[in-house]
Amino acid sequence: MFSFCTDPSSLPDWQWFACYLTSATHLNFYRAFGVVLLLLAITAPAALAMGMLGALALRSRVPPLNWLGKGYVNIVRGVPDIVFFLFVPIALGQGIEWVMHHINCPDWDQPIRQGNDFIVCRDAKVPPVNSPRWVYDIYAFFMAVVAFALVFGAFVANTLYGAMRAVPQAQIETAEAYGMTRRQAFRRIILPQMWVYALPGLSNIWQILTKATPLLFLLGIQDIVYWARELGGQKTSLFTYPHPDWRVWYFLVLLCFYLTLTWASERAFGRLNDRLSRGQATAAGERQRKAAP
Amino acid sequence: MRTCLESLQGYGLRALGRQYGENLLPRGLDITLCDQIFLIGSGLMWNIYFAAIAIVIGFFLATGVALAKFSQNRWVNRPASAFVFIFRGSPLFIQFFFFYAVFILLPRSGVDIPLGFTTLTLDTSALTTAQVGGLVVLVLNTTAYSAELFYGALRSIPKGDLEAADAYGLHGFTKFRRIVFPSMLRLAWPSYTNEAIFLTHSTTLVFLSAFPARQQSGEAFYYARYFVDQTFNPFVAYPIVAAYFVALTLAIIGIFALANLRLNRHLPRERRQRLWFRPQYIR
Repeated sequence: MFSFCTDPSSLPDWQWFACYLTSATHLNFYRAFGVVLLLLAITAPAALAMGMLGALALRSRVPPLNWLGKGYVNIVRGVPDIVFFLFVPIALGQGIEWVMHHINCPDWDQPIRQGNDFIVCRDAKVPPVNSPRWVYDIYAFFMAVVAFALVFGAFVANTLYGAMRAVPQAQIETAEAYGMTRRQAFRRIILPQMWVYALPGLSNIWQILTKATPLLFLLGIQDIVYWARELGGQKTSLFTYPHPDWRVWYFLVLLCFYLTLTWASERAFGRLNDRLSRGQATAAGERQRKAAP
Repeated sequence: MRTCLESLQGYGLRALGRQYGENLLPRGLDITLCDQIFLIGSGLMWNIYFAAIAIVIGFFLATGVALAKFSQNRWVNRPASAFVFIFRGSPLFIQFFFFYAVFILLPRSGVDIPLGFTTLTLDTSALTTAQVGGLVVLVLNTTAYSAELFYGALRSIPKGDLEAADAYGLHGFTKFRRIVFPSMLRLAWPSYTNEAIFLTHSTTLVFLSAFPARQQSGEAFYYARYFVDQTFNPFVAYPIVAAYFVALTLAIIGIFALANLRLNRHLPRERRQRLWFRPQYIR
């Protein structure tokens, strides 16, 4: 990174650290923080969308759709989440390859599961054989996003369903008195007002989601936990930057990163809550109305 | 191929260590369904061990921390709030890694604490094992989460109860033991049940993080993952471990419902708090 970094062994302390902290592997470590934030940025809307679908299914008057919603929400919430995080990517990966196998190689005559092997034809491999490494990385990341969205979608569905039912009944009756259909009343009355009731639950789920991101490590993605372990471990003099076991410091950095993240989001949700309470028929909204000049 | 009885004998207690069953875990094509059921089941004893001890110790510590956080003295409530914030605001997974890194830095020979008249030697080498070190992290974690629940309950004890206690001339520890503590528990119990369930679920993280599984003796999910790695088939081992956990969850709800019944025995039936299962958080 710096011009004086050619021979780190003879450098004074501050220069040594400047070189050490900007080495190529450290840049990967810093990038991994970006991966965590990217995961959050993609997963949160995906889980919200999943949750909205789930809540609509729970509300639905069509029995099969309603059962589907109930089954989804209850199964995901009843089992330890970690089981789902590890189960979904493998199961989904095998499912996709199984479908591809039947599409691309219809005349394959051997069974797919032979003993302990899962064998599909060459054309059915996802991602395709000989893809560059970044394709595999993105595929693994995508699987993680799907797993997170599935698990958190179930949590969100439950919260949103509760919020939809918390909108005062009188409002819906008024909408009906104005001749709105069920669908119109949902879109014009329930949808805009439900968020203030959903927010406490959603903020809770966001905090959980934040704290679940280190589980990426278990899915074999090179995330911050992976790099903290790699970089922190003891380095002998064979390495450019030899140092004793520094894992404590690396994990302390991760701990502080997550504390900052949860602290900042707590404050952000507090503000959002104030904004959403404006003009609402709730205690907080009433207080704002009285405080206004 | 083993029969079911043989795999029960070989793996039923395997999680305790090598001398309690087969030396090696089943491998590759040798794995039968019974092996998976019994080995994962034997791992469950560690989940129960971690959860039970952490909940019992954490319960008492959490009461203390909640009272400290509720205290009006800054020097008492600030440290308690900070403790709760640190352990609730960061992922348990990272806490395991961090504390493991701390524990291995402690001197192996033990730490001497001079007490003036004598020297106490703390054995620190045990802290690097999951059974002790992992338990310590779980205790600290559940203390923080439960303390927050108890703190919320302390804040919502009805004013009338406290005034009635004063009117009867109760004060100090007697007031705490007869009025504050039972009311706090009664208010916090439904959410505390959830906390116990989630603590039990998060015991699956112990061996997934830094702590080593010596002699391949781990908890249920450790074995489930082992089987999935061996057979490349997630559709058997994971449902088994999920079923075990659902059963464990129901058992916890049962036990806590009994305690809930006792806490609410003085109330008319319709005013009793009902227990409900609201899975809401991972750590």
